[in-house]
Amino acid sequence: MALDEYEKRDFRVVGKRMPRPDAIDKVTGRALYGADMHVPGMLVGKILRSPHAHARIKAIDTSAAEALEGVRAVVTGADFPEIAPGEARNVRDNAMARDKALYDGHAVAAVAATSAAIARKALKLIRVEYEILPHVTEISDAMKPDAPVVQEGFVQENVPEGFSDNVISYHQYGHGDLDAGFAQADKVITRRFRTAATHQGYIEPHAALASFGADGTADLWVCTQGHYYVRQLCAEILQMDQAQLRVTASEIGGGFGGKTTCFIEPVALMLSKKAGAPVKLVMTRQEVFRASGPTVSSEIEMRMGMTKDGRITAAEAELHYQGGAFPNITVQFGAMAAFACYDLQAVQTRGYNVLTNRPKQAAYRAPGAPMAIYAVESVVDELCQEFDLDPLEVRLKNAARKGTKASYGPTYPDIGLVATLEAAQAHPHYSAPLGPNQARGVACGFWFNFGGDTSVSLSVDFDGSITVTEGNPDIGGSRVSIAMMAAEELGVPYESVRAVVTDTASLGHNEVTDGSRVTFAVGLATIKAARAAKREMCRRAAKIWGIDEDAVIWEDGCAKPAGPNAGKFEPLSIKEIAAKSSRTGGPIAGHHEVNAEGAGVSFGVHIADVEVDPETGHTRVVRYTVFQDAGKAVHPDYVEGQMQGGAAQGIGWALNEEYIYDENGRLLNPGFLDYRIPVASDLPHIDAVILEIPNPGHPYGVRGVGETGIVPPLATLSNAVSRAIGRRMYELPMSPPRILKAIKGG
Amino acid sequence: MSKIHVKTRINGEAAEFLCEPDETLLEALRDRLHLTGTKEGCGSGDCGACSVTVNGRLVASCLMLAAEAEGAEIGTIEGLAKGAELDVLQRKFVEHAALQCGICTPGFLVASKALLEKNPDPTEEEVRYWLAGNLCRCTGYDKIIRAVLDAAAEMRRA
Ligand code: FES
Ligand code: FES
Repeated sequence: MALDEYEKRDFRVVGKRMPRPDAIDKVTGRALYGADMHVPGMLVGKILRSPHAHARIKAIDTSAAEALEGVRAVVTGADFPEIAPGEARNVRDNAMARDKALYDGHAVAAVAATSAAIARKALKLIRVEYEILPHVTEISDAMKPDAPVVQEGFVQENVPEGFSDNVISYHQYGHGDLDAGFAQADKVITRRFRTAATHQGYIEPHAALASFGADGTADLWVCTQGHYYVRQLCAEILQMDQAQLRVTASEIGGGFGGKTTCFIEPVALMLSKKAGAPVKLVMTRQEVFRASGPTVSSEIEMRMGMTKDGRITAAEAELHYQGGAFPNITVQFGAMAAFACYDLQAVQTRGYNVLTNRPKQAAYRAPGAPMAIYAVESVVDELCQEFDLDPLEVRLKNAARKGTKASYGPTYPDIGLVATLEAAQAHPHYSAPLGPNQARGVACGFWFNFGGDTSVSLSVDFDGSITVTEGNPDIGGSRVSIAMMAAEELGVPYESVRAVVTDTASLGHNEVTDGSRVTFAVGLATIKAARAAKREMCRRAAKIWGIDEDAVIWEDGCAKPAGPNAGKFEPLSIKEIAAKSSRTGGPIAGHHEVNAEGAGVSFGVHIADVEVDPETGHTRVVRYTVFQDAGKAVHPDYVEGQMQGGAAQGIGWALNEEYIYDENGRLLNPGFLDYRIPVASDLPHIDAVILEIPNPGHPYGVRGVGETGIVPPLATLSNAVSRAIGRRMYELPMSPPRILKAIKGG
Repeated sequence: MSKIHVKTRINGEAAEFLCEPDETLLEALRDRLHLTGTKEGCGSGDCGACSVTVNGRLVASCLMLAAEAEGAEIGTIEGLAKGAELDVLQRKFVEHAALQCGICTPGFLVASKALLEKNPDPTEEEVRYWLAGNLCRCTGYDKIIRAVLDAAAEMRRA
């Protein structure tokens, strides 16, 4: 059996609720986040942004700003070198406009000055001459053949005819004979859905501190989910070797996918390069809303056929997603994920990716899946009502299981959907009585989970304590899980292990903290690094005992002779081996580099009780329970935390959050007052029920848990509200006016 | 414009700084005094990450001018623990895993402390409404509420 395959075992550390290493720093204010770093001689950077949704930049006059005392550098698009087409170029053009401003808030110039006040004053002195162009912010408008084109040159070959050049990519998945499938149904319905763009809403605004040396090397301190990717993008944008740019990730104040790319980092570096001094650039909250990466909005058409006993006979979906002025792959994920929960004979999804004059979208927790699965789970619920069937029974009847061919291609190994549905069915919440104006909704959710490029180094320090060096920013407690897995594998106390997230110069490449990959992939690499260290410690023990290294085994945290023939020696602990390591061959370490495969898909089921006020249309979430398969919950507290946090974000998305544009394409609500995320008094306790169906591709059975939790709430809430008011809802968010309109039959 | 000289007390110690007339208390704490435990999430009074106490009252420091701190007694997150000994609330936040990214945590702790000083026996609903001015995007508030209620219970027992 390969070492990275799952093996059943009794855990000693994994599964316990250990204190996390960064907790004390975070409750005392000592932890350093993006904006918390100060260095000597530091300048303050500020960015000037377009007030227009779409405008040609005819000229920029920066002379007055440059002449202002205290201004050390001014940067515009013209300062950035030409680079090959690709994502780095898109990121560059998003970080600083070149010939056109593509959305309200698009950066057009930046300054670095000795104080924030001077920098702000300098921005006012920059004269930009705009030629305002027609703009488009809504999907259906942007697809029309005569729509204003946001950017030329992105249309891929397989895009069907008949659309504007804003429709840039097309993706299709599925199998089986749709016509035959629909013919078997007792009822076929076609429904249209819309979801608004929402923002990840992390509380920490983007921040970067760049310091460019006269020798062409540079350092960057930044709050990001992936400092190696920041390095890759910035090095290409600034045309420097990756090795010359060292990026250090600060503690990160939330990301949820929104900090998986660059928005201001290339600008901070260019300002520092021009000024010859360190520059700190921090976004305001308004800038975060206008010019970081919200998620896509969607328009979806869904057709589904069901027999009267609840078997889905066929389903198809057409997804139209807009993700702003640049290409993205979110609709592809949506098209892949839409029907992943079901075992279907005939299924097809078609996804269209549309450019608009809105900010360049970024990932948001299970990117693309929540809206697609919202539409699927809404029609399933409507058909359950049509035939008066129990919604969990129907889902169980159609649920994907081991051996199911998923609509996006693969055949599933061991998966946890059936167990998760059964747990929901058996839970007291599902049969609890409801009050007046209350109703219950359920829905399933899914996310792929990823692995990817990962490097870990584990050193056995001279005193026998263990340092695990990893390269993935810890966004919700991953360091504790990594340290626990190292302690588990080595057989040492958790307290003797410290896991640290290091900079890009100190460890091999690590993919971004995304795709719920860290506990899976970094955990896997940590376990393997620990195994390498154990092999080395066995060799050292063999040397100390003067026996053959094959005659030494590792057991209970000690090297031991393999059997009576190996000789009689007292076991050697890590401490003893480490203390002698200098004399037995030098420092002891293990490391592992891998492009981790074998990530296990994860499913969730949510139950919500809501109460809708028929007078105001306001929805109160009365009770909420999340069921999710974690594979193995390494640290149950933080697994629950992911499930609860995802649910809360999904509740916000379902009920309240949306990007609102006016007729000029300006964002009307770029602040937490008008873009209201759920607050403590909006929510009930969110109960989290963890299931553990081991992932066959991880030695401890770990799956990712970070993303699935945001997928079910959209439909869970919509199904609950629809049942409460006796009318189907087809649009998110279900704000009070929309619900009132539905109640009144509008 | 010349700067304003402000004399104040922060976490029980005398402190002074120079600031611009339009500078906020939050900016002065973070950029002048390098007390970066107090966070900026919005700069407009909507997130509570910048919570401090001024003469015992809970305040969003992004909404108060630094110059107004003259003669005041300011409390920040850095003053919550007594040396190495954590405040009950801090301990309970760690125990209940009431933080994920932790950026909101200083604000929640300062605000919760102010609540428990006023109301040592709050109901869950009172805690939820008191903390409605503090945004947390990671946790769904569940574990935060549990931590505050547990801290209150322990403080009452003490
Ligand atoms: S920074 Fe003061 S309330 Fe958000
Ligand atoms: S823990 Fe991240 S915002 Fe609260």
